[in-house]
Amino acid sequence: MTIAPVHISPHAPAHSAGAVLDIRKLVVEFPTRRGILTAIRGIDLTIGRGEILGVVGESGAGKSLTGTAVIGLLESSGRVAEGEIHVCGRRIDNLPRREMQKLRGRTIGAIFQDPLTSLNPLLTVGDQLTETMRVHLPLSRAQAADRAIKLLQEVGIPSPELRITQYPHQFSGGMRQRVVIALALCAEPELVIADEPTTALDVSIQAQITALLKRVCRDRGTAMMLITHDMGVIAETADRVAVMYAGRIVEIGPVASIIRAPRHPYTKGLIGSIPSLTDRRERLVQIDGAMPRLNAMPSGCAFHPRCRYANEQCRNDRPPLLPAGTSEAACWHLDREEVSHVA
Amino acid sequence: MISMVLKRVGNAVAVMIAVAFVAFMIFQFLGDPVQLMLNEQASQAERDALRIRLGLDQNFVMQFVTFITRVVQGDFGISYRNQQEVMSLIAERFPATLELVLVSTIIALSIGIPLGVYAAIRKGSPVARLLTIFSMIGVSIPSFVIGILLILVFAVQLNWLPAFGRGEIVHFGSWTTGLLTPSGRQALIMPAMSLALFQISFIMRLVTAEMLEVLRADYIKFARARGLPNRLVHFRHALRNCLMPVVTMTGMMIGDLIAFALVTETVFQWPGMGQLFVQAVMFIDMPVMAAYLMIVSAIFVTINTIVDLIYLWVDPRLRQAGVARGYHAH
Repeated sequence: MTIAPVHISPHAPAHSAGAVLDIRKLVVEFPTRRGILTAIRGIDLTIGRGEILGVVGESGAGKSLTGTAVIGLLESSGRVAEGEIHVCGRRIDNLPRREMQKLRGRTIGAIFQDPLTSLNPLLTVGDQLTETMRVHLPLSRAQAADRAIKLLQEVGIPSPELRITQYPHQFSGGMRQRVVIALALCAEPELVIADEPTTALDVSIQAQITALLKRVCRDRGTAMMLITHDMGVIAETADRVAVMYAGRIVEIGPVASIIRAPRHPYTKGLIGSIPSLTDRRERLVQIDGAMPRLNAMPSGCAFHPRCRYANEQCRNDRPPLLPAGTSEAACWHLDREEVSHVA
Repeated sequence: MISMVLKRVGNAVAVMIAVAFVAFMIFQFLGDPVQLMLNEQASQAERDALRIRLGLDQNFVMQFVTFITRVVQGDFGISYRNQQEVMSLIAERFPATLELVLVSTIIALSIGIPLGVYAAIRKGSPVARLLTIFSMIGVSIPSFVIGILLILVFAVQLNWLPAFGRGEIVHFGSWTTGLLTPSGRQALIMPAMSLALFQISFIMRLVTAEMLEVLRADYIKFARARGLPNRLVHFRHALRNCLMPVVTMTGMMIGDLIAFALVTETVFQWPGMGQLFVQAVMFIDMPVMAAYLMIVSAIFVTINTIVDLIYLWVDPRLRQAGVARGYHAH
């Protein structure tokens, strides 16, 4: 079931072929005493209505930071140094603080990793829901409470009339993440940034939450940026996937083709590391080495120190995103025959 | 919920019985009251008569039971020093101390909490830094120094406020208050401020530290991500989660001030319990000391019980878990 939308103002005409989120050449920096650390080094991506874009990569790749930049909650030391972020055709990276605050929750929802700590322990679930709705929507207390009940029902929480009067500690982890999802959706945002929404949950609960996220996006036409390090979650949930490495997108495309035929050596490593029920493998593939530190970026392709195909060109010149079948990948070796097979 | 309240009250009663035992032991170990009360020429017959009259001929347990029975009825005996009933001596002075302590605590909370919140949310700004420095000075200067400085400026130099005493007071049965007369209110300002300055600084520092901690919490980040205005994030979400230690410390502070406001009371010649206690110690006036011990303990126990009940009210998790932690742990 869905809830009748509350109309406040028609959204601005969609930009860039109807993209809900349109990130252009985004650069995020952290000025420090020892110099500027560039954590995100020029990212382009778009997400359309009802589309789920998975963003994967190791920790430190800049995937969470991209999400944080979109909702405008960068640490005070960080800043969007270059590029633009557009949501529903409106540029949001340079908005004043108050304007951005109105957008959060209303146009851009967010879901964080740990449902156990994402809810305020001293307020009832109903209070947290109605408070958020009433900040963004012209609802009376009773109307908001009514919608809160319907929302909890929508995200699959049994006996919602009772549940809205309860406190977070009275919910299990999976149920709390459902509450978090309800909170992220309660003012009907166009875009949801889900940062590791299933990482803190049991595997059996993970599948339920992934299915729920998928369903609400489809039912409501919400665009979602699903940030995770788990290729398995991406494979089940996302429509497209962007693979990040050292602050850049190294491969982006439809999820099916990237899983079936990854083009970038790093993506291959990530996919090789998914355990499979059907293939019998002695060992899972692993990528040797670690992500470079922000203050010690290698020249050329940032992945070259860990790449078995690295050559002179990789060390000197950074590869741009090049078309590769239905996806794009940033690698000089896309035409190598052996690269198209799983290493 | 009701069973938890009853449990708290039960605990409080148990603590009070233990304290009563300690107070009772003062009489047992600090010399023989008969020796103290009678002069050296008293005959053995006179001594025995007094011993029987005081119930000292009975066994230990019976004496303790008698002591408790009397204490419950508000009978702490007669002061050795001025032969007045201890209870009426204390009743005369207790309102003055309580009024002073409560007024200064209210001042401290209503100034300390907002300043603490401000220093936390504007961390690093010049005003916040200045507040932090002032609060450091505030917790370091003893209250009597502040009292003397206040007297020097506002009583001696400017002649705005009285330097000592309690002003005109109004009686309500056995209770007295200075809050209803202009001179009583004026007399209260300086002692209350000199007590409050430490408390303001202390509460401010506590609130700032707690706020900085809570503002890093995930639920605050999530509240911001939902677009809640700062007012709601700071006061409804963050401050509420800081209140437990503030409630704890305020409770301790009130008890502490009632028991040990004597320095400030001495500086301002405030007719409170502090002076009574100092005199009792100097004259080894055991009934007064025992009564003082009992009353101060009763105040601490009452405050702590109230603090525990406030915990239950503030934090829903404790209502369910059935265990109130003494101090809010992170």
